[in-house]
Amino acid sequence: MNWQGVKAIYIYEMKRFFRTIMESLLSPVISTTLYFVVFGAAIGSRIDEVEGVTYGAFIVPGLIMLSVMTQAISNASFGIYFPKFIGTIFELLSAPINFFEIVLGYVGAAATKSLLIGVVILLTAGLFVDIEVQHPLAMVAFLVLTCLSFSLFGFIIGIWSENFQQLQLIPLLVITPLVFLGGAFYSISMLPTAWQTVTLFNPIVYLISGFRWAFFGYADVPVVASLLAIGLFLGICLGIVWLIFKTGYRIKS
Amino acid sequence: MAPIVEVEDLQKTYKGGFEALKGVSLSIEEGEILALLGPNGAGKTTLISALCGITTPTGGIARVGGHNIVDDFRAARSMIGLVPQEVALEPFEKVINTVRFSRGLFGKPRNEALIEKVLRQLSLWDKRDARIRELSGGMKRRVLIAKALCHEPQVLFLDEPTAGVDVELRRDMWQVVEGLRESGVTIILTTHYIEEAEAIADRIAVINHGEILLVEEKDTLIRRMGRKTLRIDLTTPVDAVPEGLAAYDLELTQGGEALIYHYDTQGEGTGITRLLQALAAEGLSMSDIHTRQSSLEEIFVSLVQEGAA
Repeated sequence: MNWQGVKAIYIYEMKRFFRTIMESLLSPVISTTLYFVVFGAAIGSRIDEVEGVTYGAFIVPGLIMLSVMTQAISNASFGIYFPKFIGTIFELLSAPINFFEIVLGYVGAAATKSLLIGVVILLTAGLFVDIEVQHPLAMVAFLVLTCLSFSLFGFIIGIWSENFQQLQLIPLLVITPLVFLGGAFYSISMLPTAWQTVTLFNPIVYLISGFRWAFFGYADVPVVASLLAIGLFLGICLGIVWLIFKTGYRIKS
Repeated sequence: MAPIVEVEDLQKTYKGGFEALKGVSLSIEEGEILALLGPNGAGKTTLISALCGITTPTGGIARVGGHNIVDDFRAARSMIGLVPQEVALEPFEKVINTVRFSRGLFGKPRNEALIEKVLRQLSLWDKRDARIRELSGGMKRRVLIAKALCHEPQVLFLDEPTAGVDVELRRDMWQVVEGLRESGVTIILTTHYIEEAEAIADRIAVINHGEILLVEEKDTLIRRMGRKTLRIDLTTPVDAVPEGLAAYDLELTQGGEALIYHYDTQGEGTGITRLLQALAAEGLSMSDIHTRQSSLEEIFVSLVQEGAA
Protein backbone atom coordinates (compact mmCIF):
# COMPACT_ATOMS: atom_id res chain seq x y z
CA MET A 1 0.00 0.00 0.00
CA ASN A 2 1.22 3.47 -0.91
CA TRP A 3 -0.09 5.19 2.25
CA GLN A 4 1.99 8.28 1.57
CA GLY A 5 0.19 8.63 -1.73
CA VAL A 6 -3.25 8.22 -0.14
CA LYS A 7 -2.28 10.78 2.48
CA ALA A 8 -1.02 13.19 -0.19
CA ILE A 9 -4.34 13.05 -2.07
CA TYR A 10 -6.38 13.30 1.14
CA ILE A 11 -4.46 16.29 2.46
CA TYR A 12 -4.46 18.02 -0.93
CA GLU A 13 -8.24 17.63 -1.20
CA MET A 14 -8.85 18.75 2.38
CA LYS A 15 -6.70 21.81 1.75
CA ARG A 16 -8.99 22.78 -1.09
CA PHE A 17 -11.86 22.57 1.39
CA PHE A 18 -10.13 24.68 4.02
CA ARG A 19 -8.90 27.17 1.45
CA THR A 20 -12.56 27.96 0.78
CA ILE A 21 -13.75 27.24 4.29
CA MET A 22 -16.21 30.12 4.34
CA GLU A 23 -17.94 29.04 1.15
CA SER A 24 -17.68 25.38 2.11
CA LEU A 25 -19.38 25.73 5.47
CA LEU A 26 -21.26 28.98 5.25
CA SER A 27 -23.51 28.07 2.34
CA PRO A 28 -24.88 24.86 3.89
CA VAL A 29 -25.38 26.70 7.19
CA ILE A 30 -27.23 29.55 5.51
CA SER A 31 -29.42 27.27 3.45
CA THR A 32 -30.23 25.20 6.53
CA THR A 33 -31.16 28.34 8.40
CA LEU A 34 -33.43 29.33 5.51
CA TYR A 35 -35.13 25.95 5.60
CA PHE A 36 -35.73 26.46 9.30
CA VAL A 37 -37.16 29.89 8.81
CA VAL A 38 -39.42 28.80 5.95
CA PHE A 39 -40.42 25.29 6.93
CA GLY A 40 -39.84 25.40 10.66
CA ALA A 41 -41.22 28.80 11.59
CA ALA A 42 -43.51 29.93 8.77
CA ILE A 43 -45.10 26.65 7.72
CA GLY A 44 -44.17 24.56 10.73
CA SER A 45 -46.18 26.76 13.07
CA ARG A 46 -49.31 25.59 11.22
CA ILE A 47 -48.37 21.94 11.33
CA ASP A 48 -49.03 19.90 14.43
CA GLU A 49 -46.49 17.60 15.89
CA VAL A 50 -45.47 14.69 13.68
CA GLU A 51 -45.47 11.41 15.57
CA GLY A 52 -44.92 13.26 18.81
CA VAL A 53 -42.09 15.44 17.56
CA THR A 54 -42.38 19.16 16.77
CA TYR A 55 -42.24 19.83 13.05
CA GLY A 56 -39.10 21.96 13.40
CA ALA A 57 -37.23 19.09 15.03
CA PHE A 58 -38.78 16.52 12.71
CA ILE A 59 -37.15 18.01 9.61
CA VAL A 60 -33.64 18.14 11.12
CA PRO A 61 -32.54 14.61 10.08
CA GLY A 62 -33.92 15.13 6.58
CA LEU A 63 -32.15 18.47 6.25
CA ILE A 64 -28.86 16.96 7.37
CA MET A 65 -29.29 14.09 4.91
CA LEU A 66 -30.15 16.50 2.08
CA SER A 67 -26.98 18.55 2.63
CA VAL A 68 -24.72 15.59 3.30
CA MET A 69 -25.84 13.73 0.18
CA THR A 70 -25.52 16.68 -2.17
CA GLN A 71 -22.24 17.85 -0.63
CA ALA A 72 -20.71 14.36 -0.74
CA ILE A 73 -21.64 13.98 -4.39
CA SER A 74 -20.49 17.42 -5.46
CA ASN A 75 -17.20 17.26 -3.54
CA ALA A 76 -16.25 13.79 -4.71
CA SER A 77 -17.34 14.28 -8.31
CA PHE A 78 -15.54 17.60 -8.60
CA GLY A 79 -12.46 16.22 -6.86
CA ILE A 80 -11.82 13.64 -9.56
CA TYR A 81 -13.41 15.50 -12.48
CA PHE A 82 -11.21 18.57 -12.06
CA PRO A 83 -7.86 16.74 -12.60
CA LYS A 84 -9.44 15.11 -15.66
CA PHE A 85 -10.59 18.50 -16.92
CA ILE A 86 -7.30 20.36 -16.44
CA GLY A 87 -5.12 17.38 -17.34
CA THR A 88 -3.34 16.86 -14.03
CA ILE A 89 -4.74 13.32 -13.97
CA PHE A 90 -1.55 12.29 -15.79
CA GLU A 91 0.24 12.51 -12.50
CA LEU A 92 -2.17 10.14 -10.77
CA LEU A 93 -1.82 7.65 -13.61
CA SER A 94 1.95 7.81 -13.71
CA ALA A 95 2.42 7.53 -9.94
CA PRO A 96 3.11 4.25 -8.17
CA ILE A 97 -0.40 4.23 -6.76
CA ASN A 98 -3.27 1.92 -7.63
CA PHE A 99 -6.87 2.81 -8.28
CA PHE A 100 -8.02 1.62 -4.88
CA GLU A 101 -5.62 4.03 -3.20
CA ILE A 102 -6.74 6.87 -5.47
CA VAL A 103 -10.36 6.16 -4.52
CA LEU A 104 -9.44 5.99 -0.85
CA GLY A 105 -7.80 9.42 -1.01
CA TYR A 106 -10.54 11.20 -2.95
CA VAL A 107 -13.56 9.48 -1.42
CA GLY A 108 -12.05 9.65 2.05
CA ALA A 109 -11.61 13.41 1.70
CA ALA A 110 -15.09 13.95 0.24
CA ALA A 111 -16.68 11.83 2.97
CA THR A 112 -14.82 13.78 5.66
CA LYS A 113 -15.95 17.08 4.21
CA SER A 114 -19.59 16.05 4.01
CA LEU A 115 -19.40 14.62 7.54
CA LEU A 116 -18.07 17.96 8.79
CA ILE A 117 -20.89 19.76 7.02
CA GLY A 118 -23.41 17.33 8.52
CA VAL A 119 -22.10 18.00 12.03
CA VAL A 120 -22.13 21.77 11.48
CA ILE A 121 -25.75 21.61 10.31
CA LEU A 122 -26.70 19.54 13.32
CA LEU A 123 -25.11 22.15 15.57
CA THR A 124 -26.84 24.97 13.67
CA ALA A 125 -30.17 23.19 14.00
CA GLY A 126 -29.52 22.91 17.73
CA LEU A 127 -29.75 26.71 17.88
CA PHE A 128 -33.33 26.62 16.59
CA VAL A 129 -34.87 23.53 18.13
CA ASP A 130 -34.26 21.08 20.93
CA ILE A 131 -32.83 17.91 19.51
CA GLU A 132 -32.44 14.68 21.35
CA VAL A 133 -30.67 11.72 19.82
CA GLN A 134 -32.10 8.45 21.07
CA HIS A 135 -29.61 6.18 19.35
CA PRO A 136 -26.35 8.13 19.02
CA LEU A 137 -24.32 5.20 17.73
CA ALA A 138 -26.85 4.40 15.03
CA MET A 139 -27.02 8.09 14.14
CA VAL A 140 -23.25 8.27 13.65
CA ALA A 141 -23.28 4.98 11.72
CA PHE A 142 -26.03 6.16 9.34
CA LEU A 143 -24.31 9.49 8.87
CA VAL A 144 -20.89 7.97 8.15
CA LEU A 145 -22.32 5.33 5.80
CA THR A 146 -24.27 7.97 3.91
CA CYS A 147 -21.21 10.21 3.58
CA LEU A 148 -19.15 7.30 2.37
CA SER A 149 -21.58 5.80 -0.11
CA PHE A 150 -22.61 9.14 -1.62
CA SER A 151 -18.97 10.18 -1.93
CA LEU A 152 -18.33 6.95 -3.81
CA PHE A 153 -21.34 7.70 -5.98
CA GLY A 154 -19.98 11.21 -6.59
CA PHE A 155 -16.62 9.77 -7.54
CA ILE A 156 -18.34 7.58 -10.15
CA ILE A 157 -20.20 10.61 -11.54
CA GLY A 158 -16.90 12.51 -11.70
CA ILE A 159 -15.26 9.70 -13.66
CA TRP A 160 -18.24 9.35 -15.97
CA SER A 161 -18.69 13.06 -16.68
CA GLU A 162 -17.15 14.46 -19.81
CA ASN A 163 -18.21 18.04 -19.18
CA PHE A 164 -19.48 20.29 -16.41
CA GLN A 165 -23.11 19.83 -17.45
CA GLN A 166 -22.95 16.10 -16.93
CA LEU A 167 -21.35 16.72 -13.58
CA GLN A 168 -24.53 18.56 -12.49
CA LEU A 169 -26.98 16.32 -14.28
CA ILE A 170 -27.46 13.46 -11.82
CA PRO A 171 -27.36 15.54 -8.63
CA LEU A 172 -29.94 17.98 -10.02
CA LEU A 173 -32.20 15.63 -11.94
CA VAL A 174 -32.07 12.54 -9.77
CA ILE A 175 -30.74 13.09 -6.29
CA THR A 176 -32.38 16.40 -5.30
CA PRO A 177 -35.91 15.33 -6.37
CA LEU A 178 -35.50 11.94 -4.73
CA VAL A 179 -34.43 13.58 -1.48
CA PHE A 180 -37.32 16.06 -1.54
CA LEU A 181 -39.75 13.25 -2.30
CA GLY A 182 -37.99 10.97 0.14
CA GLY A 183 -39.64 12.25 3.26
CA ALA A 184 -37.11 14.89 4.19
CA PHE A 185 -39.89 17.31 5.12
CA TYR A 186 -42.80 14.99 5.83
CA SER A 187 -43.63 11.60 7.15
CA ILE A 188 -44.65 8.94 4.64
CA SER A 189 -47.75 8.33 6.73
CA MET A 190 -48.98 11.82 5.76
CA LEU A 191 -49.32 10.73 2.12
CA PRO A 192 -52.36 9.06 0.47
CA THR A 193 -52.05 5.26 0.54
CA ALA A 194 -51.27 4.92 -3.18
CA TRP A 195 -48.37 7.40 -2.93
CA GLN A 196 -47.10 5.64 0.16
CA THR A 197 -46.54 2.56 -1.98
CA VAL A 198 -44.90 4.53 -4.79
CA THR A 199 -42.59 6.21 -2.30
CA LEU A 200 -41.28 2.85 -1.16
CA PHE A 201 -39.45 2.60 -4.51
CA ASN A 202 -37.46 5.69 -3.64
CA PRO A 203 -34.23 4.46 -2.04
CA ILE A 204 -33.69 7.78 -0.27
CA VAL A 205 -36.81 7.11 1.84
CA TYR A 206 -34.98 4.29 3.57
CA LEU A 207 -31.93 6.39 4.33
CA ILE A 208 -33.86 9.33 5.76
CA SER A 209 -36.18 7.06 7.69
CA GLY A 210 -33.30 5.18 9.30
CA PHE A 211 -31.50 8.39 10.17
CA ARG A 212 -34.64 9.88 11.67
CA TRP A 213 -35.20 6.72 13.69
CA ALA A 214 -31.76 7.24 15.26
CA PHE A 215 -32.97 10.65 16.46
CA PHE A 216 -36.57 10.08 17.48
CA GLY A 217 -37.08 6.34 17.56
CA TYR A 218 -39.74 6.72 14.89
CA ALA A 219 -39.33 5.27 11.40
CA ASP A 220 -41.43 5.09 8.22
CA VAL A 221 -39.85 1.79 7.22
CA PRO A 222 -38.20 -0.87 9.41
CA VAL A 223 -34.68 0.09 10.52
CA VAL A 224 -33.33 -3.18 9.14
CA ALA A 225 -34.65 -2.20 5.71
CA SER A 226 -32.85 1.14 6.05
CA LEU A 227 -29.59 -0.59 6.93
CA LEU A 228 -30.02 -3.00 4.04
CA ALA A 229 -30.74 -0.13 1.67
CA ILE A 230 -27.63 1.83 2.58
CA GLY A 231 -25.56 -1.38 2.57
CA LEU A 232 -26.90 -2.24 -0.87
CA PHE A 233 -26.18 1.24 -2.21
CA LEU A 234 -22.66 1.10 -0.82
CA GLY A 235 -22.18 -2.33 -2.38
CA ILE A 236 -23.43 -1.19 -5.79
CA CYS A 237 -21.13 1.84 -5.74
CA LEU A 238 -18.17 -0.29 -4.71
CA GLY A 239 -18.99 -2.71 -7.54
CA ILE A 240 -19.11 0.08 -10.12
CA VAL A 241 -15.85 1.55 -8.83
CA TRP A 242 -14.27 -1.89 -9.06
CA LEU A 243 -15.46 -2.17 -12.68
CA ILE A 244 -14.01 1.24 -13.49
CA PHE A 245 -10.78 0.07 -11.92
CA LYS A 246 -10.76 -3.08 -14.04
CA THR A 247 -11.50 -1.40 -17.33
CA GLY A 248 -9.87 2.02 -16.85
CA TYR A 249 -13.20 3.48 -18.03
CA ARG A 250 -12.87 7.11 -19.10
CA ILE A 251 -9.53 7.58 -17.37
CA LYS A 252 -7.04 5.48 -19.26
CA SER A 253 -6.99 4.72 -22.96
CA MET B 1 25.37 -3.72 -17.40
CA ALA B 2 21.69 -4.36 -17.96
CA PRO B 3 19.76 -1.57 -19.65
CA ILE B 4 17.60 0.49 -17.30
CA VAL B 5 14.72 0.72 -19.78
CA GLU B 6 13.93 -2.26 -21.99
CA VAL B 7 11.15 -2.09 -24.52
CA GLU B 8 10.31 -5.20 -26.54
CA ASP B 9 7.86 -5.15 -29.40
CA LEU B 10 5.65 -2.60 -27.66
CA GLN B 11 2.36 -1.99 -29.44
CA LYS B 12 -0.47 0.41 -29.00
CA THR B 13 -3.56 0.24 -31.15
CA TYR B 14 -6.36 2.65 -30.29
CA LYS B 15 -10.00 1.64 -30.34
CA GLY B 16 -10.55 3.22 -33.73
CA GLY B 17 -7.86 0.93 -35.14
CA PHE B 18 -5.12 3.55 -35.28
CA GLU B 19 -1.75 1.97 -34.63
CA ALA B 20 0.26 4.51 -32.66
CA LEU B 21 3.07 2.07 -31.88
CA LYS B 22 3.78 -0.79 -34.25
CA GLY B 23 6.11 -2.96 -32.21
CA VAL B 24 8.73 -0.66 -30.79
CA SER B 25 11.92 -2.18 -29.37
CA LEU B 26 14.44 -0.04 -27.60
CA SER B 27 16.94 -0.41 -24.82
CA ILE B 28 18.28 2.50 -22.85
CA GLU B 29 21.45 2.31 -20.80
CA GLU B 30 21.67 3.66 -17.29
CA GLY B 31 22.95 7.22 -17.13
CA GLU B 32 22.64 8.05 -20.80
CA ILE B 33 20.67 10.80 -22.47
CA LEU B 34 18.56 9.53 -25.32
CA ALA B 35 16.89 11.96 -27.65
CA LEU B 36 13.74 10.68 -29.27
CA LEU B 37 13.16 12.51 -32.52
CA GLY B 38 10.23 12.29 -34.85
CA PRO B 39 7.66 14.47 -36.58
CA ASN B 40 4.35 15.33 -34.94
CA GLY B 41 2.20 12.25 -34.55
CA ALA B 42 5.13 9.87 -34.91
CA GLY B 43 4.40 8.08 -31.63
CA LYS B 44 6.87 9.80 -29.30
CA THR B 45 4.33 10.81 -26.70
CA THR B 46 2.46 7.51 -26.98
CA LEU B 47 5.66 5.64 -26.27
CA ILE B 48 6.37 7.78 -23.22
CA SER B 49 2.75 7.53 -22.05
CA ALA B 50 2.85 3.75 -22.32
CA LEU B 51 6.07 3.53 -20.32
CA CYS B 52 4.75 5.88 -17.64
CA GLY B 53 1.37 4.20 -17.20
CA ILE B 54 -0.83 6.85 -18.75
CA THR B 55 -1.91 4.58 -21.55
CA THR B 56 -2.07 0.79 -21.58
CA PRO B 57 0.00 -0.93 -24.26
CA THR B 58 -1.92 -3.45 -26.38
CA GLY B 59 1.08 -5.70 -26.95
CA GLY B 60 4.69 -6.30 -26.11
CA ILE B 61 6.47 -5.74 -22.83
CA ALA B 62 8.53 -3.05 -21.22
CA ARG B 63 10.68 -3.00 -18.11
CA VAL B 64 12.10 -0.13 -16.15
CA GLY B 65 14.93 -1.07 -13.80
CA GLY B 66 14.02 -4.70 -14.51
CA HIS B 67 10.43 -4.20 -13.31
CA ASN B 68 7.61 -4.95 -15.72
CA ILE B 69 5.66 -1.72 -16.21
CA VAL B 70 2.30 -3.52 -15.98
CA ASP B 71 2.71 -6.38 -13.50
CA ASP B 72 5.14 -4.58 -11.26
CA PHE B 73 4.00 -1.04 -11.94
CA ARG B 74 4.72 0.25 -8.45
CA ALA B 75 8.42 -0.56 -8.55
CA ALA B 76 8.72 0.59 -12.16
CA ARG B 77 6.87 3.89 -11.72
CA SER B 78 8.70 4.72 -8.48
CA MET B 79 11.80 5.10 -10.59
CA ILE B 80 10.20 7.32 -13.23
CA GLY B 81 9.75 11.06 -13.39
CA LEU B 82 7.64 12.54 -16.17
CA VAL B 83 7.54 16.07 -17.50
CA PRO B 84 4.60 16.10 -19.89
CA GLN B 85 4.30 18.09 -23.07
CA GLU B 86 1.12 19.89 -22.05
CA VAL B 87 1.30 22.22 -19.09
CA ALA B 88 -1.24 20.75 -16.68
CA LEU B 89 -1.27 22.22 -13.21
CA GLU B 90 -3.94 23.10 -10.70
CA PRO B 91 -4.24 26.89 -11.06
CA PHE B 92 -5.33 27.71 -7.51
CA GLU B 93 -2.66 25.80 -5.64
CA LYS B 94 0.62 27.15 -4.31
CA VAL B 95 3.81 26.10 -6.06
CA ILE B 96 5.31 24.41 -3.03
CA ASN B 97 2.12 22.49 -2.25
CA THR B 98 1.84 20.95 -5.70
CA VAL B 99 5.47 19.89 -5.44
CA ARG B 100 4.89 18.37 -1.99
CA PHE B 101 1.83 16.62 -3.38
CA SER B 102 3.87 14.99 -6.15
CA ARG B 103 6.43 13.71 -3.69
CA GLY B 104 3.74 12.23 -1.46
CA LEU B 105 1.91 10.70 -4.41
CA PHE B 106 5.06 8.81 -5.29
CA GLY B 107 5.12 7.36 -1.80
CA LYS B 108 8.07 9.37 -0.57
CA PRO B 109 8.15 10.82 2.97
CA ARG B 110 8.30 14.59 3.45
CA ASN B 111 11.68 16.10 2.70
CA GLU B 112 11.56 19.87 2.81
CA ALA B 113 15.31 20.22 2.31
CA LEU B 114 15.15 18.34 -0.97
CA ILE B 115 12.14 20.31 -2.16
CA GLU B 116 13.97 23.53 -1.37
CA LYS B 117 17.00 22.31 -3.32
CA VAL B 118 14.88 21.41 -6.36
CA LEU B 119 12.99 24.72 -6.28
CA ARG B 120 16.21 26.71 -5.94
CA GLN B 121 17.79 24.80 -8.79
CA LEU B 122 14.88 25.82 -11.01
CA SER B 123 14.80 29.42 -9.72
CA LEU B 124 11.37 28.80 -8.21
CA TRP B 125 12.21 29.24 -4.55
CA ASP B 126 11.13 32.89 -4.50
CA LYS B 127 7.85 31.87 -6.10
CA ARG B 128 7.15 28.99 -3.74
CA ASP B 129 4.12 30.66 -2.17
CA ALA B 130 2.73 32.00 -5.44
CA ARG B 131 -0.39 30.41 -6.88
CA ILE B 132 0.18 28.57 -10.14
CA ARG B 133 -2.18 30.85 -12.08
CA GLU B 134 0.02 33.84 -11.20
CA LEU B 135 3.03 32.32 -12.97
CA SER B 136 4.23 32.89 -16.51
CA GLY B 137 4.24 30.04 -19.01
CA GLY B 138 7.94 29.42 -18.57
CA MET B 139 7.58 29.34 -14.80
CA LYS B 140 4.79 26.80 -15.08
CA ARG B 141 7.10 24.57 -17.06
CA ARG B 142 9.67 24.86 -14.31
CA VAL B 143 7.01 23.77 -11.82
CA LEU B 144 6.31 20.68 -13.93
CA ILE B 145 9.98 19.83 -13.86
CA ALA B 146 10.16 20.44 -10.11
CA LYS B 147 7.20 18.09 -9.64
CA ALA B 148 8.99 15.39 -11.60
CA LEU B 149 12.31 15.85 -9.80
CA CYS B 150 11.03 16.09 -6.24
CA HIS B 151 10.46 12.35 -6.01
CA GLU B 152 14.03 11.56 -7.02
CA PRO B 153 13.49 9.63 -10.25
CA GLN B 154 16.24 7.49 -11.73
CA VAL B 155 14.70 7.71 -15.18
CA LEU B 156 13.37 11.05 -16.35
CA PHE B 157 11.12 11.51 -19.36
CA LEU B 158 11.10 15.02 -20.78
CA ASP B 159 8.42 15.37 -23.41
CA GLU B 160 9.32 18.47 -25.37
CA PRO B 161 10.37 20.38 -22.29
CA THR B 162 11.55 23.44 -24.17
CA ALA B 163 8.62 23.94 -26.52
CA GLY B 164 7.62 27.59 -26.34
CA VAL B 165 10.23 28.49 -23.77
CA ASP B 166 12.55 31.48 -23.94
CA VAL B 167 16.29 31.20 -24.49
CA GLU B 168 17.25 31.84 -20.90
CA LEU B 169 14.95 29.22 -19.48
CA ARG B 170 16.05 26.76 -22.12
CA ARG B 171 19.63 27.26 -21.05
CA ASP B 172 18.71 26.84 -17.39
CA MET B 173 16.91 23.67 -18.27
CA TRP B 174 19.88 22.16 -20.04
CA GLN B 175 21.98 23.02 -17.03
CA VAL B 176 19.56 21.08 -14.87
CA VAL B 177 19.69 18.19 -17.32
CA GLU B 178 23.48 18.26 -17.27
CA GLY B 179 23.43 18.21 -13.46
CA LEU B 180 21.05 15.27 -13.48
CA ARG B 181 23.21 13.37 -15.90
CA GLU B 182 26.17 13.89 -13.59
CA SER B 183 24.18 12.46 -10.71
CA GLY B 184 23.47 9.37 -12.82
CA VAL B 185 19.87 9.99 -13.88
CA THR B 186 18.90 8.45 -17.21
CA ILE B 187 17.12 10.96 -19.41
CA ILE B 188 14.84 10.38 -22.36
CA LEU B 189 13.78 13.54 -24.11
CA THR B 190 11.76 14.42 -27.13
CA THR B 191 12.31 17.72 -28.79
CA HIS B 192 11.63 19.62 -31.95
CA TYR B 193 14.83 21.57 -31.58
CA ILE B 194 17.19 19.14 -33.20
CA GLU B 195 20.24 21.22 -32.38
CA GLU B 196 19.35 20.60 -28.76
CA ALA B 197 19.43 16.86 -29.24
CA GLU B 198 22.66 17.33 -31.08
CA ALA B 199 24.15 19.33 -28.23
CA ILE B 200 23.04 17.23 -25.32
CA ALA B 201 22.15 13.65 -26.26
CA ASP B 202 24.44 10.62 -26.20
CA ARG B 203 22.24 8.63 -28.49
CA ILE B 204 19.53 9.47 -30.96
CA ALA B 205 16.45 7.41 -31.73
CA VAL B 206 14.32 8.38 -34.68
CA ILE B 207 10.67 7.33 -34.66
CA ASN B 208 8.06 7.77 -37.36
CA HIS B 209 4.64 6.19 -37.99
CA GLY B 210 4.97 4.25 -34.73
CA GLU B 211 8.21 2.57 -35.70
CA ILE B 212 11.76 3.16 -34.60
CA LEU B 213 13.75 3.96 -37.72
CA LEU B 214 17.13 3.94 -36.06
CA VAL B 215 18.90 4.18 -32.73
CA GLU B 216 22.50 5.19 -32.83
CA GLU B 217 25.27 7.00 -31.01
CA LYS B 218 24.90 10.62 -31.96
CA ASP B 219 28.50 10.98 -33.16
CA THR B 220 28.42 7.78 -35.19
CA LEU B 221 25.14 8.82 -36.73
CA ILE B 222 26.45 12.17 -37.80
CA ARG B 223 29.64 10.60 -39.10
CA ARG B 224 27.87 7.80 -40.90
CA MET B 225 25.01 9.75 -42.34
CA GLY B 226 26.69 13.08 -42.55
CA ARG B 227 27.63 14.36 -45.96
CA LYS B 228 30.15 17.09 -46.19
CA THR B 229 30.04 20.07 -48.47
CA LEU B 230 32.98 21.93 -49.92
CA ARG B 231 32.40 25.47 -51.06
CA ILE B 232 34.97 27.02 -53.34
CA ASP B 233 34.79 30.79 -53.74
CA LEU B 234 36.10 31.96 -57.08
CA THR B 235 38.09 35.12 -57.64
CA THR B 236 36.21 35.78 -60.88
CA PRO B 237 32.58 34.60 -61.22
CA VAL B 238 31.77 32.15 -64.04
CA ASP B 239 28.56 31.70 -66.09
CA ALA B 240 28.54 27.90 -66.07
CA VAL B 241 30.43 24.98 -64.60
CA PRO B 242 33.36 24.41 -66.97
CA GLU B 243 32.99 21.22 -69.04
CA GLY B 244 36.26 19.80 -67.78
CA LEU B 245 34.66 19.63 -64.29
CA ALA B 246 31.43 17.86 -65.33
CA ALA B 247 32.53 14.59 -63.68
CA TYR B 248 32.39 16.19 -60.20
CA ASP B 249 28.68 17.01 -60.22
CA LEU B 250 29.24 20.55 -59.01
CA GLU B 251 26.62 23.14 -58.19
CA LEU B 252 27.10 26.73 -59.16
CA THR B 253 25.81 29.42 -56.79
CA GLN B 254 23.43 31.96 -58.21
CA GLY B 255 25.88 34.75 -58.89
CA GLY B 256 28.38 32.26 -60.28
CA GLU B 257 30.91 33.26 -57.62
CA ALA B 258 31.23 29.87 -55.93
CA LEU B 259 31.14 26.13 -56.66
CA ILE B 260 29.63 23.60 -54.27
CA TYR B 261 30.93 20.05 -54.08
CA HIS B 262 29.28 17.24 -52.04
CA TYR B 263 31.35 14.38 -50.78
CA ASP B 264 31.19 11.53 -48.33
CA THR B 265 33.91 11.03 -45.76
CA GLN B 266 33.04 7.30 -45.59
CA GLY B 267 33.76 6.83 -49.31
CA GLU B 268 36.91 5.39 -50.78
CA GLY B 269 38.33 8.79 -51.46
CA THR B 270 36.82 12.23 -51.20
CA GLY B 271 38.04 13.34 -54.60
CA ILE B 272 39.01 16.71 -53.22
CA THR B 273 42.62 16.58 -54.38
CA ARG B 274 41.63 15.65 -57.92
CA LEU B 275 38.95 18.34 -57.98
CA LEU B 276 41.38 21.02 -56.90
CA GLN B 277 43.88 19.89 -59.49
CA ALA B 278 41.20 19.98 -62.18
CA LEU B 279 40.18 23.46 -61.07
CA ALA B 280 43.75 24.65 -61.48
CA ALA B 281 43.91 22.96 -64.89
CA GLU B 282 40.78 24.88 -65.95
CA GLY B 283 42.57 28.05 -64.99
CA LEU B 284 40.09 28.97 -62.20
CA SER B 285 41.58 30.76 -59.24
CA MET B 286 40.12 30.38 -55.76
CA SER B 287 39.64 33.10 -53.18
CA ASP B 288 38.43 30.89 -50.31
CA ILE B 289 37.45 27.32 -49.36
CA HIS B 290 35.00 26.16 -46.65
CA THR B 291 33.88 22.70 -45.64
CA ARG B 292 30.68 22.00 -43.71
CA GLN B 293 29.24 18.88 -42.15
CA SER B 294 25.50 18.32 -42.50
CA SER B 295 23.67 18.80 -39.22
CA LEU B 296 21.52 16.32 -37.40
CA GLU B 297 18.53 18.27 -38.62
CA GLU B 298 19.34 17.58 -42.25
CA ILE B 299 19.98 13.93 -41.43
CA PHE B 300 16.68 13.76 -39.63
CA VAL B 301 14.73 15.36 -42.43
CA SER B 302 16.25 13.04 -45.01
CA LEU B 303 15.53 9.99 -42.83
CA VAL B 304 11.92 10.88 -42.30
CA GLN B 305 11.39 11.66 -45.96
CA GLU B 306 12.99 8.36 -46.93
CA GLY B 307 10.62 6.60 -44.55
CA ALA B 308 7.67 8.32 -46.18
CA ALA B 309 8.77 7.46 -49.71
